[in-house]
Amino acid sequence: MTKFTPFSSRMVVIPIDNIDTDQIIPARFLKITTKEGLGDALFCDWRYDAEGKPKPDFILNKPESKKCQILFAGDNFGCGSSREHAPWALTQYGFRAVISTSFADIFRANSLKNALLPIVVPREIHAELLKTASAEVKVDLASQTLTLADGRAVQFPVDEFSKHCLLEGIDELGYILQQEAAIADFERQHPAPINALA
Amino acid sequence: MKARTIIEKIWDNHVVADRPGVPSLLYIDLHLTHEVTSPQAFDGLRQRGLRVRRPDLTIATTDHSTPTTPRSLPILDKVAAAQVARLESNCKEFGIRCYGLGSEKQGIVHVIGPELGLTQPGMTVVCGDSHTATHGACGALAFGIGTSEVEHVLASQCLLQKRSKTYEVRVEGALKPGVAAKDIILALIAQIGIGGGTGCVFEYCGSTIRSLSMEERMTVCNMSIEAGARAGLVAPDETTYHYLAGRPHAPNGSAWDIAVARWMQLPSDEGAAYDKSIRIDANTLEPMITFGTNPGMGIPITGAVPDPNSLSDPLERDSLSRALRYMDLAPGKPLLGHAVNVVFIGSCTNSRISDLRNAARIFKGRKVHPGVRVMVVPGSQQVKEQAQAEGLDQIFRDAGADWREAGCSMCIAMNGDQLEPGEYSVSTSNRNFEGRQGKGGRTFLASPLTAAAAAITGKVTDVRELM
Repeated sequence: MTKFTPFSSRMVVIPIDNIDTDQIIPARFLKITTKEGLGDALFCDWRYDAEGKPKPDFILNKPESKKCQILFAGDNFGCGSSREHAPWALTQYGFRAVISTSFADIFRANSLKNALLPIVVPREIHAELLKTASAEVKVDLASQTLTLADGRAVQFPVDEFSKHCLLEGIDELGYILQQEAAIADFERQHPAPINALA
Repeated sequence: MKARTIIEKIWDNHVVADRPGVPSLLYIDLHLTHEVTSPQAFDGLRQRGLRVRRPDLTIATTDHSTPTTPRSLPILDKVAAAQVARLESNCKEFGIRCYGLGSEKQGIVHVIGPELGLTQPGMTVVCGDSHTATHGACGALAFGIGTSEVEHVLASQCLLQKRSKTYEVRVEGALKPGVAAKDIILALIAQIGIGGGTGCVFEYCGSTIRSLSMEERMTVCNMSIEAGARAGLVAPDETTYHYLAGRPHAPNGSAWDIAVARWMQLPSDEGAAYDKSIRIDANTLEPMITFGTNPGMGIPITGAVPDPNSLSDPLERDSLSRALRYMDLAPGKPLLGHAVNVVFIGSCTNSRISDLRNAARIFKGRKVHPGVRVMVVPGSQQVKEQAQAEGLDQIFRDAGADWREAGCSMCIAMNGDQLEPGEYSVSTSNRNFEGRQGKGGRTFLASPLTAAAAAITGKVTDVRELM
């Protein structure tokens, strides 16, 4: 993973609450065995018509959305299925952060493992951002700040370990594997209750 | 010692390491895997030159992209066929037991875990699937994970996790006839909303939960995620032990007695504190049905579709308006009598033998309404065998329903079973999201009883009229 650096971007605004992972990437795209090729299918059923042509009025199809790196969405973003294909599709489109008032637990965990930063802002800030949606905002993970168009910096929460991994561009598994001695010790003290191979 | 909930006890029993600034390293007792969320994880192992640390603690099956057509037929979808084949080859390469197509133990991952006695009280259970909470019915802390975490478990048998809040869901009283376990969980989600349990683990307790069978508890726990809770569980009791005894992977002989003694320590201590609590009065529950595009949009079957104008929050009002537009429903009108095109009885929520028995009670001696397509999809090959031994398949077939092979089927619509655009279904599955059961399809979620009633009448029906 590459290191998560500060960036500025305008936002793609989809101000809908409870956007579920089936909308982000419908299940029929989950038959693949790789992670690739999902960016074009992002929000597929909202983005394309019955013939597969882009709907001109859907925001992802508008020219001004092309280089946006931030998705702005309603409350409880990413609810539903645990599919990691959702953050894969979002990052393959080019998003590096999603702003909402809250995120579903599994989606948040998956996003943090894929250099997609879930940014939780208070409701009033969310409402203000919606009013000034065409302006550029700045994301700085190191200081955990979202800088609004008028220069105000809003703090957002990130757990310490995820932040470290994102800033350094490292993944969790490396850390887990370093805990081998503790894992082996735990296994010695706790014999497995089952043997699936038996 | 401080009084603890069962959630805290299971957590504490599985912490491998707790270091400052790092989430807890949690040991995983059982890992279930399937064709859809695992191939990229196995690729990750290969890229890093890692093996599966504990192949004895992972079990695989095919369910999601697996067709429910006769097993003698090939998988027509080449991409799905390749995915199913990849699971088999990955399991072979890494030494994992796979109950794949053709196995007599194949089935929906959350049906076969408890069925084989693999899921046991006090365990940590994970799977790359959000409905892993189902296993909480056995008194396990069970939660869904993404593919990166599937790789972590395969490589290390551990996950880095932050402790969740505890949420007591107390259900008291007796269910009225025609009201099912599904209605309890749909009522809970309608009350607290689909984000109401975010950051929490539910403990379902109270006299109603105690009176439920294990399979009914699985239905309740299964949909914990639809309220945002990553896990939901029921403390083990005699019902649990009775269900587990004699299952293939359950302990036996003196090991059984030792295990039961250990499991009896699990229930929450007297006076244990929860971060949140809610109480549901089972006496007042009606059969439930959803009208919208998330599982929280549910009403009693005799109720009316709510009016967006009654909501003050603009985004909430937009969400409801949007849902009603997608569903093509008018606010203020009842759902009763609304025509349906398809009835789906199956999924990890409601495809176990007791679900099929309940549906069969309604189908028996009746015919499916002309023009309604009815699919009955057992959760596993073993459920299918049992249903056939009891003659349930014949009841379904005689009525005009389609009796199919085990799998996720139309719950996820990535296996050939799906709605056509604009069609309405009454489904016993867990999600009514836009397009969930097929692009443009519209889903009403309900219990197997309510679904069976709709199959007979061709419209949304109060099953109590047919009982």
